[in-house]
Amino acid sequence: MDFKQIQELIKMINKSNIGEVSIEEKGFKLTIKQKEEPVQQIITAPMSAQPVAALAPAPVAAAPAPVAAATPEKPARPAEPAASNAVTIKSPMIGTFYRSPSPDKPSFVNVGDEVEPGKVVCIIEAMKLFNEIESEVKGRIIKVLVEDASPVEYDQPLFQVEPA
Amino acid sequence: MFKKVLIANRGEIALRVIRTCREMGIKTVAVYSTADKESLHVRFADEAVCIGKPASFDSYLNIPHIMAAAEITNADAIHPGYGFLAENARFAEICGEHEIKFIGPTPAMINAMGDKITAKETMIKSGVPVVPGGEGLLESLDEAKGLAREIGYPIILKATAGGGGKGMRVVWEESEMERAYNTAKAEAGAAFKNDGVYMEKFVEEPRHIEIQIAGDQYGRVCHLSERDCSIQRRHQKLVEESPSPFMTAELRERMGAAAIKAASAINYESVGTIEFLVDKHRNFYFMEMNTRIQVEHCVTEEVTNFDLIKEQIKIASGQAISGMNYEPQGHAIECRINAEDPYNDFRPSPGRITVLHQPGGHGIRVDSHAYAGYTIPPYYDSMIAKIIAVARTREEAINTMHRALSEYVIEGVKTTIPFHLQLMKDERFRSGDFNTKFLEGFKMA
Repeated sequence: MDFKQIQELIKMINKSNIGEVSIEEKGFKLTIKQKEEPVQQIITAPMSAQPVAALAPAPVAAAPAPVAAATPEKPARPAEPAASNAVTIKSPMIGTFYRSPSPDKPSFVNVGDEVEPGKVVCIIEAMKLFNEIESEVKGRIIKVLVEDASPVEYDQPLFQVEPA
Repeated sequence: MFKKVLIANRGEIALRVIRTCREMGIKTVAVYSTADKESLHVRFADEAVCIGKPASFDSYLNIPHIMAAAEITNADAIHPGYGFLAENARFAEICGEHEIKFIGPTPAMINAMGDKITAKETMIKSGVPVVPGGEGLLESLDEAKGLAREIGYPIILKATAGGGGKGMRVVWEESEMERAYNTAKAEAGAAFKNDGVYMEKFVEEPRHIEIQIAGDQYGRVCHLSERDCSIQRRHQKLVEESPSPFMTAELRERMGAAAIKAASAINYESVGTIEFLVDKHRNFYFMEMNTRIQVEHCVTEEVTNFDLIKEQIKIASGQAISGMNYEPQGHAIECRINAEDPYNDFRPSPGRITVLHQPGGHGIRVDSHAYAGYTIPPYYDSMIAKIIAVARTREEAINTMHRALSEYVIEGVKTTIPFHLQLMKDERFRSGDFNTKFLEGFKMA
């Protein structure tokens, strides 16, 4: 093993969850240990059917991700905004977005509400037809991204949900 | 005049319509699929609405999505461009039902010309020459011989269920008829399980010459002369020009009159094109009518000095046309630049354009939605640009085109620029002596 290879190995281990590595070759032995234990725990969201939206025009709300004891180590994942496990509900059609079934009724959902697949989160109206839009994910609404009675286009982010 | 026009299309034609609307003070709405997010027409329009996934079916052909986009933006007219829904009578009808003006003809006009058999019958009734032929299938060899005598040799036998040249036989004289008739029927029966054949006059060395027309809502129709579109590969036009090198003043008058008759027969409103086949004796025959603006409309614009999109919008808003016909002044040629590899059977070459330098200078017009850094999506057609050269004479126009093509730099994808460069130097092309078969014998050097 040359110096460059050892450097690369150290970088690799630093980024991983591995606590210690030992390598033994003819006339050569190498042990690499992480500085502190246990390694930082990152809770990753289970893969949901909804693709994670990286681009929301509204600022991304920080999801309360449980961070273990502060270590000088860099986080083991590639750099992403802290709330990247949030899932976005996007508009499947073009029309006008309404938060409630009618002006005098309360909103379908508000920030903090729990949703699950099949729960109606809003109405999108097009050409006099009212379409109830259902959530495809299970979780909690953390942000409403569109104002009531405003036009929305295909794939436009509507709600941010922290998956359960 | 309309306040806001939604363009139900993409690429260069969407940009084309946006440009004219800007000049007319009309607000524009672009619609786009998720694959076209970075497209130029999206950036240039006043508003843009994403209407679906990349596949045309989910976006540019999706009528409910397009109508919803028109609704939320309050567009009062829709320009369909060419292709996609431009000749979809149902779409035109739905626009009418929503009180949004479809910038084009009425659903009835689209239907009248959309069905080839009906169109031909309408033309015959109006006295427009069509490819002479029999009505219906041939019942016997004797009937075939009799009909051929009437039409005049050469004739072509065609399989009614056919395609791809199967069941087709050209017959030059009566002595060949029996064998041709029998083998055509046998071939058709074997290939399509239907041995029905019909007969048409065989148009020798046909040229594809089309006449641009315009009609208003008040019954007035005019023509803006011809475009020669004989340079075709697999029935796709690659080069168009006006005037046609084969045209004479007398032929233009006859074809122009026939085109006006054809359009008037259905009370045509908007711009449109009548396509004719012209044989070497300068007999012309109606082929079909395109009830929309065409890709090559720029050629006519450059020799008549009219903005055809503007005329189309004016007609749609109820303005009358003068009724005058227009002849070409000078000469214009258009080359379609596609993202295809001419050295590999014109295989499509989508991808990211890394370097782009468009030609300029006197007599050059480029209509394109491409830019350096643009990724050509694989879901739609491969045309990246139209380059048009205008000059006083045909020879000068060809030389200007060659000069411009030699400075046209597109890197990152393969393009048909090398093909056009070679064509502009081709002796036969330069002589003007070509027909629709020309490219069959053309090989890339």
